[in-house]
Amino acid sequence: MDFNDSPEEAAYRAQVRQWLEANAPKVAVGGDDLEGGTKDTMPASKAWQAKKAAAGYAQITWPKEWGGPGGTPIQQVIFNTEEAKYPVPPNPFTIGLGMCVPTVMAFADAETKTRFVGPALRGEEIWCQLFSEPSGGSDVAAARTKAVRAPDGSGDWIIDGQKVWTTGAQFSNFGIVVCRTDPDAPKHKGMTMFWIDMSDPGVEVRPIHQMSGGSGFNEVFFTGVRVKDSQRLGAVGDGWKVSLVTLMNERLAVGGSSGAGWAEFMEAARNVTGLDGAPALKDQAVREKIADWYVQAEGLRHTRNRTMTALSRGQTPGPESSIGKVVAANQMQDLANSAVEMLDQYGIINDPALAPLKGGFHASLLSAPGLRIAGGTDEILRNIIAERVLGLPGDIRVDKDVAFKDVPTGR
Amino acid sequence: MNFDYSDDQKFLKNEARKFLDANCTTAHVRKVLNDDLKPYDADLWTAVAAQGWLGAAIPEEHGGLGLGHIELCAIAEELGRAVAPIPFASTVYFLAEAVMLAGSDAQKSALLPKIAAGEVIGCVATSEGPGPVSAASVQATVSGGKLAGTKLPVTDGDIATHALVLAKEGGQVGLFLADVAAGVTREALKTLDPTRDAAKLTFAGAAAERLGGAGEGLALLEQINDRAAVLLAFEQTGGADKALEMAKAYALERYAFGRVIASYQAIKHKLADIYIKNELARSNAYYGAWALNTNAPELPVAASAARIAASEAFWFAAKENIQTHGGIGFTWEVDAHLYYRRSRQLSLVAGAPRVWKERLVSQLERRNAA
Repeated sequence: MDFNDSPEEAAYRAQVRQWLEANAPKVAVGGDDLEGGTKDTMPASKAWQAKKAAAGYAQITWPKEWGGPGGTPIQQVIFNTEEAKYPVPPNPFTIGLGMCVPTVMAFADAETKTRFVGPALRGEEIWCQLFSEPSGGSDVAAARTKAVRAPDGSGDWIIDGQKVWTTGAQFSNFGIVVCRTDPDAPKHKGMTMFWIDMSDPGVEVRPIHQMSGGSGFNEVFFTGVRVKDSQRLGAVGDGWKVSLVTLMNERLAVGGSSGAGWAEFMEAARNVTGLDGAPALKDQAVREKIADWYVQAEGLRHTRNRTMTALSRGQTPGPESSIGKVVAANQMQDLANSAVEMLDQYGIINDPALAPLKGGFHASLLSAPGLRIAGGTDEILRNIIAERVLGLPGDIRVDKDVAFKDVPTGR
Repeated sequence: MNFDYSDDQKFLKNEARKFLDANCTTAHVRKVLNDDLKPYDADLWTAVAAQGWLGAAIPEEHGGLGLGHIELCAIAEELGRAVAPIPFASTVYFLAEAVMLAGSDAQKSALLPKIAAGEVIGCVATSEGPGPVSAASVQATVSGGKLAGTKLPVTDGDIATHALVLAKEGGQVGLFLADVAAGVTREALKTLDPTRDAAKLTFAGAAAERLGGAGEGLALLEQINDRAAVLLAFEQTGGADKALEMAKAYALERYAFGRVIASYQAIKHKLADIYIKNELARSNAYYGAWALNTNAPELPVAASAARIAASEAFWFAAKENIQTHGGIGFTWEVDAHLYYRRSRQLSLVAGAPRVWKERLVSQLERRNAA
């Protein structure tokens, strides 16, 4: 048991380090990476992506045919680890390159692939994924956005409806959208996937004002958006199967966690007065919490090491990597709340000039609810662990063999 | 990155499981559970010695197999799964580790081959009553190489041939290696886990040699506990995984309201939560194994984290396994309580999680200040 690179990995890491030292930016441009940055950080993001693509570091596992170097998953992990040591700009390309473009690669015709893959890889064009709707977040197959054939017999489709929580829609050029094409079929069988041009006048992107105050996600409205039948990805009615391919391409969950952790909490506890006039860090209840968070954080760090070990050995990572987000998101919320409560009455103040960590705990407290929902809620992730890892049965479904239009919908 | 068992270690672990599946079923465990006069499974002890497991991490020059600690961790995990009713932890994780760490050449030559052969059984006599062990809690004394005082509970105290004893000599707390063949009275104790032996030991002139320097007893005990904590964490992880498997198997066969209970989210999410804690425990245990095997300076922190995570995981898995079973899980006949009981034994035997959390945080404080 060790943490060492194999000779091949060490050589690759050395090559990556050398390239990064010569090419990576040394000064951060700001912007939230989770939200893909802002309009202001976009030029820096695009320039960095182009540089990586030219050097073969953009999509390391992509085959040469599509502009990648045909590398291994562990090489991608090594690059990500080394890249994270530099203040690189936010990455608004992850969803496009990790999920949308692979779907295009799998289902589009040759001409479409040739048109889109290269520009996406080089960061010239950005893609978004239009799946979630107001009526279905966890239940993606409940999509109601409709696509109907144009009445003129051209074979074109007309899309009307609304998507929500679309990351990066505000700066995306294209998107893939799953639509209801047959409301008389059962829900999983009546959907079809299309790619669309986000600059179409029938597409309206509106930022969502989040409870945290930020606006990193969007609502996207479609009004009479006309698309060619050649923009269809997969067969008519196969939209669910296609979307599963998209979701399977989610990036390897081996990144680090963000936000304030046990070390920041410990530092805060050192500087706050506790119950008996001594620093809060002397309080046994506080100390036990720090121990618990440390153990969880270390557990996640070493779970990532286990995942990397499988990749390094050329194996498929085990199911243990599925636990990461549910643990990290809940710890973020619990830790932030404990930090705020430790301040007693003063804890309500989140002015960065007055609050510890420039208000970092307060910011975590207000963004944690989103993290527990985004990319699979706590509940859905537990279902996934129970069903796919432990092999327990799926839920009994009341919507499975019913025409979509007859599925109860509530409000 | 090579953060997992190697193929050879996986093979060894698999062989250990097969061996225990045949020689340590819960029917074997229950013979110890149900018989007050049977403190451990002597046949299993002899068989385990014949497998070489007792000397897995003992160097070949001292009669062991000379494998590393990762191999011992793999064996520990399987013993934990099987809730083995033998004094393996007392003898191998504590006594052998203490002798290898702090013993003189003469002590190593005298004891390690006998440990590997199964001729010696160890025990740890540090507690004298309720509450954590500290300088203030130690009343036992050593004078002229003779031990006096009372210790309880002492896991495997009834059957041990040798004891690690905390005692004061000239007012300073030292750690002593005592031959308990003579000069000690033993009284069996009723405990939460009757599948493991425990006793009250009253020393009256037992021969004792000091391990390590005068006044270094508590510091040396901490080092031994760190090593044992990693190995115990593997037993706990093994037990926790088995408890999850039991809960899953039962949930998949038990029907309520016309369907298997494994189809209810209340059960699915419960089992997912067990899985999450078990994986966190396993990852922390692996890091502890790496630190133990390489004698890394991170060992105290890694061992603390491994112990805290594994104690939490085994407790949670054991109690929620019973809950998943419902009423039948509360009966003597169903094995769930064996794991519930063992989870308490393993969690307390080297100091409760509260003590380890304090130990962890005080180390993190020092590390961050440095």
